[in-house]
Amino acid sequence: MAENNESKEVLLHRLQVCDFILTELNEYLDTHPDDPEAIRSFEKHRAMREEAAEAYTKRYGPITIMDHSATNGNQWRWVDGPWPWDMDKEGV
Amino acid sequence: MWVYQKKLQYPIKVTRPNPALAKVIISQFGGPDGEMGAATRYLSQRFSAPNNDMKGILTDIGTEELAHIEMVCTLIHQLTRNLSIDEIKKSGFDTYFVDHTTGLYPIAASGVPFSASTLQSTGDAIADLNEDLAAEQKARLTYDNILRLADDPDVRDVIKFLRAREIVHYQRFGEALRDVLDSLDSKNFYAFNPEFDKCRK
Repeated sequence: MAENNESKEVLLHRLQVCDFILTELNEYLDTHPDDPEAIRSFEKHRAMREEAAEAYTKRYGPITIMDHSATNGNQWRWVDGPWPWDMDKEGV
Repeated sequence: MWVYQKKLQYPIKVTRPNPALAKVIISQFGGPDGEMGAATRYLSQRFSAPNNDMKGILTDIGTEELAHIEMVCTLIHQLTRNLSIDEIKKSGFDTYFVDHTTGLYPIAASGVPFSASTLQSTGDAIADLNEDLAAEQKARLTYDNILRLADDPDVRDVIKFLRAREIVHYQRFGEALRDVLDSLDSKNFYAFNPEFDKCRK
């Protein structure tokens, strides 16, 4: 799905959209555990989220510590900037 | 246990510094109805929750509130970048700056530091969920007031997202409260302290 020329911003945004949908469905399902449509939607967006996370982490580094091995062998890149609150030019 | 995700829940990019606005928005970090209070309230209350649905919703909403603390702090951080001493004096940000420079300290807009006395964890599901419903409304109205005070569209967009989450969480806590009320013993008409009394049998 993710093309090579997609920017960091586009890939991150796609991941944020997927995660937002999952958060919303998660909280909805906590009080509506028997809604099959919501469960199907959760499954669908979970798969989309996985794809979006893989596309992002491959090119721009780990989102969680568990992504680390996928991005780099011998170098610890977890602390590399920018951190989420940095503007683009900071923290590099 | 939590796992940090190195991203914001919602994108934030504020290009125009505005220390006066930062001084107002900081209330949603450490103020009486802010995100720090929300996360602390829900993540504390869940241990005495009488059913699994309530444990779940308090855990999951409490977790989302942690992400909101990070978003509010990001807004303040970006609103206070590259300030001159002149801007700090003129904006009224000097009274915060003298103690905290441009570091993030959980405080209300009035200057009162964060206090757990703004929240409750009672060990009573009905009291706690009613507190949570009120908390979501109080946070929502604080965001409404911030929207009355903020002109910058980059800031307003983020505040509107956070405001909408308060409304959704109010819905979820309402459903959790109905769930607890439905499960009460029919003799417990006035719904007193159900989980504590159950344990003492």
